[in-house]
Amino acid sequence: MTNTIYDITHESDAILMVGTNPECAHPVIGMQIRQAVARGAKLIVVDPRDIDLAKQADIHLKLRPGTNVAFANGMMHIFIEEGLTDEKFISERTENYEAMKEAVREYTPEKVGEICGIDPDKLREAARLYASADRAPVMYCLGVTEHHTGTEGVMSLSNMALMVGKIGRPGCGVNPIRGQNNVQGACDMGASPNQFPGYQNISKEGIVEKFEKAWGVALNHKEGTKATDCFPKMINKEIRGLFIFGEDPVRTDPNTHHVIKALESLDFFVVDELFMTETAKLADVILPGISYAEKEGTFTNTERRVQRIRKAVAIAGEAKPDTWIFTEIMNRMGYPQPHLTPAEIMDEIALVTPSYGGISHGRLDSEEVGGRGLQWPCPAADHPGTPIMHVGKFARGIGYFRPAQYVPSTELPDEEYPLTMMTGRILYHYNACAMTDKTAGINEIAGESFIELNTLDAKSLGIEDGEKIAVSSRRGSIQTTAHVSEKTRAGECWMPFHYIEGGANWLTNDALDGISSTPEYKVCAVKVEKL
Amino acid sequence: MQITINGRNIEAAEGSTILQTARREGIEIPTLCYLEGVNDIGSCRLCVVELSGSEELVPACNTKVKEGMVILTHSERVKAARRMVLNLLLSEHYGDCFSCEKNGDCELQKYCIEYGVETTEFTGARKEKNFKKKDAHPFLSYDPDRCIECQRCVKTCSHVTGRGAIWLGKTGMFSIIDAPFGEDWKNTLCESCGNCAQACPTGALTVKRRKAYRAWEVEKVRTTCPHCATGCQMDLVVKNGKIVDAVGADGPSNHGLLCVKGRSGSFDFVDSPERIRYPLIKNKATGEFERATWEEALSLTASKFTEIKNQYGGEALAGFACSRSANEDIYMLQKMVRTVFGSNNTDNCARV
Ligand code: SF4
Ligand code: SF4
Ligand code: SF4
Ligand code: SF4
Repeated sequence: MTNTIYDITHESDAILMVGTNPECAHPVIGMQIRQAVARGAKLIVVDPRDIDLAKQADIHLKLRPGTNVAFANGMMHIFIEEGLTDEKFISERTENYEAMKEAVREYTPEKVGEICGIDPDKLREAARLYASADRAPVMYCLGVTEHHTGTEGVMSLSNMALMVGKIGRPGCGVNPIRGQNNVQGACDMGASPNQFPGYQNISKEGIVEKFEKAWGVALNHKEGTKATDCFPKMINKEIRGLFIFGEDPVRTDPNTHHVIKALESLDFFVVDELFMTETAKLADVILPGISYAEKEGTFTNTERRVQRIRKAVAIAGEAKPDTWIFTEIMNRMGYPQPHLTPAEIMDEIALVTPSYGGISHGRLDSEEVGGRGLQWPCPAADHPGTPIMHVGKFARGIGYFRPAQYVPSTELPDEEYPLTMMTGRILYHYNACAMTDKTAGINEIAGESFIELNTLDAKSLGIEDGEKIAVSSRRGSIQTTAHVSEKTRAGECWMPFHYIEGGANWLTNDALDGISSTPEYKVCAVKVEKL
Repeated sequence: MQITINGRNIEAAEGSTILQTARREGIEIPTLCYLEGVNDIGSCRLCVVELSGSEELVPACNTKVKEGMVILTHSERVKAARRMVLNLLLSEHYGDCFSCEKNGDCELQKYCIEYGVETTEFTGARKEKNFKKKDAHPFLSYDPDRCIECQRCVKTCSHVTGRGAIWLGKTGMFSIIDAPFGEDWKNTLCESCGNCAQACPTGALTVKRRKAYRAWEVEKVRTTCPHCATGCQMDLVVKNGKIVDAVGADGPSNHGLLCVKGRSGSFDFVDSPERIRYPLIKNKATGEFERATWEEALSLTASKFTEIKNQYGGEALAGFACSRSANEDIYMLQKMVRTVFGSNNTDNCARV
């Protein structure tokens, strides 16, 4: 996020939410959005479903899934047509505006209305409301990124905010609401094939050398393979050995059959896990690690805020700290890595990661920080951290418009698979449920998979609310329970992905975003049948 | 502006209340129904103070300061009034502190002890009504016999959680909280977040698992919720080395709030019987996992990976990190892949 949860919910005049359902996925942010609406902030919801917040919205654009780029381009077309742009901001702080203008010229409200299946006048209203509010943040989530054109979707939202100068101020910004507790930190820490910690690109001159010097060892200079691209490489034997730390791709990755086949093709497969997950079952060796409640460390939340976790208990058995496990393997494979405490590891992180340069456990625990964490960039021990990014100046100096064109989803419904299926999260579970399903009460509230069907579709198939039905795609078939309502549009349905029995990812499409290799979870074609 | 509290001259801010001013100066005034920024209905009247020139005692929580006010917060008259308030509250309160979840952590109990109110001199009428407990919900329960109708739960749900799932209802001359935890709990607006229970000053609205511990038996460990990227701050409640509860703490992104996952889904898994507690190696012949020593598991891991690396190069190896784990863990995982696997085939589940 460019801004903080507090300022976008407490200091904004209007909020534009695109493809995000915080009441379920980030409930405490959802609560603060409800507070914002109660204090009078306007709300625009852009989502293919009637999420609960849509009821409180001033405008709900119930667009077709996979049409976000067209929506954003349409908004910009209207900004230009109606003179709603922030010319001063554009001329002082951005470049490539002319190309942007050209790119959205064709996206008239009427044309966008047709692509997205929405009323052009409602789009006009939304554009006016967002552009004319003094302070208005854009918030988005996986409903934007989980498409094969996800990266373009994100770029389009930034373009939109740039054009109306809503960046670098409280109550504004472009705010991806990151999913998992530490997905921000995982990216910051360099668990990525093309970047070292702190987004230092492998391809950039001197970066690999910097780490060779810091770690005292020769490193591979070639960019690695993205996780999602690794699976085909396992099948064709380019990748033969895999170490997975705490992920469950069998449950969370699209096209489950394909993932299982890939993992079964490996010569040697090790997992570091808390539980016997579907993925762990396929391993050759399982190394028992420990949970957040048994260790010291930090998580980085969606606001770039680094906060502490602390050891509360130890459990019986021989489970070991994960950093101990990695250190042992390093030593046994010939790299002399001393055993460090989490606080010492953070000191090393600070040394090699400029944006974490001023962060240490000691400082996070100090009176100065007062339990409020530190938001990166925090380059030095006397730097207070950065709540709002791009104030006065962009990280890269000047804001660049990056025009994007609308491209339809890869798998559109056809005669055989006539429904478009989307996937998402529900309030009560977290991801693969490995943690939440250990609480009996949570399973009592929400223990079973379901699919949301539109009333018209259900009627034409003779399906009743609560009926057990079969859902199939080109990749697999499952049984689940029908929830019949008007929540989705006719021709569209929606499923949570948490469950293995009747889980959505037996069906989803593994077509990847061309740039970031994010799977196209949000859209695939299915058919629904009575049992 | 200048005011005087208990004979002390105090600089007070325009627009603030007597209670805010006193608390800022470290002068404690008891409150029950008051919840800062959320509830100042002034109904419990425990916060009354004496104001020169005013016949009546005034509630400190919703009376704004005025230039030259002279206030007594603990005069005999004030203390007698507070005892009367507690006395009346107890006359409609049918709880037994010994068996109550909130024993030791209850604001009503605390003030009764402080003001020496041990039993009530009055007989209430509520008991005869036999209001029913509502406790079918898996995590939350409401006991009308212990409720003081302060409405902190109601205001928290409507103004803070923003859900409006719990209401003040009327039954004849009595108010009773219409809590969504009865038999039909599945058909209510309630999100099971428990923020109402955290706001309740008594044992009326509680998280059920509090039955398993008493305030003085536990330690609290401040941490960050392990589920979503909101990064809510919370305290794990630890009794005899086991986590028995989680409560919201005042963090910058959550301001004391939690959702159902943080409050009720963040600790049962920690010591679950399903945890893997020993290294396991799969027996190729049977396909079954067998318990191994760390030495066996680690040397097998290191030798197999080294073998693949020697034969096919480091690019035949990959290591993925979990975006649920700590920064320190992830840093070391990618360091391991880069230093000893010899490739940059490392990634996290950001894309899924
Ligand atoms: S609510 Fe408070 S006063 Fe009442 S029984 Fe429980 S602990 Fe005692
Ligand atoms: S649990 Fe949450 S949603 Fe339910 S009544 Fe309490 S505050 Fe409201
Ligand atoms: S349940 Fe608790 S918070 Fe709600 S009115 Fe009763 S005493 Fe107050
Ligand atoms: S308590 Fe809920 S909203 Fe807060 S971090 Fe945990 S899962 Fe997210």
